[in-house]
Amino acid sequence: MNMAQEKVHKTLSYRFLLIVLAALFFLTALTVGASTVNLGTLNVWVALLIAAAKASLVLLFFMHLKYEDMVLKISFLATIGFLAIIIGFIFLDIAFR
Amino acid sequence: MKVKKDIYGGKIGMWLFLYTEIMLFGGLFVLYAAYLSKYAQDFISGGKELSLPFGLVNTLILLTSSFLVAAALTSIQRKTTRTTTVFLLGAISLGVVFLINKYIEWGHKIEIGIYPNAPDLANGPPGRNIFFSLYYVVTGLHGLHIIIGLVLLSVSLVYIVRGKITYENYGLLENAGLYWHLVDLIWIFVFPLFYLII
Repeated sequence: MNMAQEKVHKTLSYRFLLIVLAALFFLTALTVGASTVNLGTLNVWVALLIAAAKASLVLLFFMHLKYEDMVLKISFLATIGFLAIIIGFIFLDIAFR
Repeated sequence: MKVKKDIYGGKIGMWLFLYTEIMLFGGLFVLYAAYLSKYAQDFISGGKELSLPFGLVNTLILLTSSFLVAAALTSIQRKTTRTTTVFLLGAISLGVVFLINKYIEWGHKIEIGIYPNAPDLANGPPGRNIFFSLYYVVTGLHGLHIIIGLVLLSVSLVYIVRGKITYENYGLLENAGLYWHLVDLIWIFVFPLFYLII
């Protein structure tokens, strides 16, 4: 069982996890800062971009997705892909109503 | 005789469940986006009525709590189980603080007449009504997930103390952690969309 675990589990150092946390705090400050600058409709896109960056950090390192095998990586991306399709088609409907 | 557990299979099962959670909250974010495009002004003025300090502090709390859960996994892999319990206790405490903040925040909103089906909202502009309805549905559903996550983390903590979760059998802790990180992920999108919209 230990062998199998070593294959699918990677141990991340506290130091590395702390660096990820620091990056998440920095991006939080950045998104608050960005919300004080009026960019019109661009604001929501900037906020979503920063949120996506934060989500990627959590997924890749806190949730170890970076160290998982292809089954999890592809199935995760497929989920996001389907969500994008749903959002895309709903907005096609809203935009041309 | 030792029962051999399929930890990897359990993890795939957990991720599949998380995908359905992503779709659940994804649907709510679609609703948010659709109404934002229709009632942008009401959403912006609604967002200004939410407390930025509360939203910001709760964001930092959840990020730190997520870090502690990730650290708990590292510590159990390193066979330092006592440290794992400390990390988990920290993560659980922060989750409780998050809920207390949410209680204060909601309490204040309800006090000033902003709650689902409040006369002030029902008779006001529809965009404002929709914004706060979405605020309550999304943060409420998220709060429910926090409570479930806290239960899972607490069960993991008890199992560690009782020696049922060990450095060679920590699938439950890992899956509870995945759930907790998902709750954090959702908040990462809730915070800018509701509290920071301008």
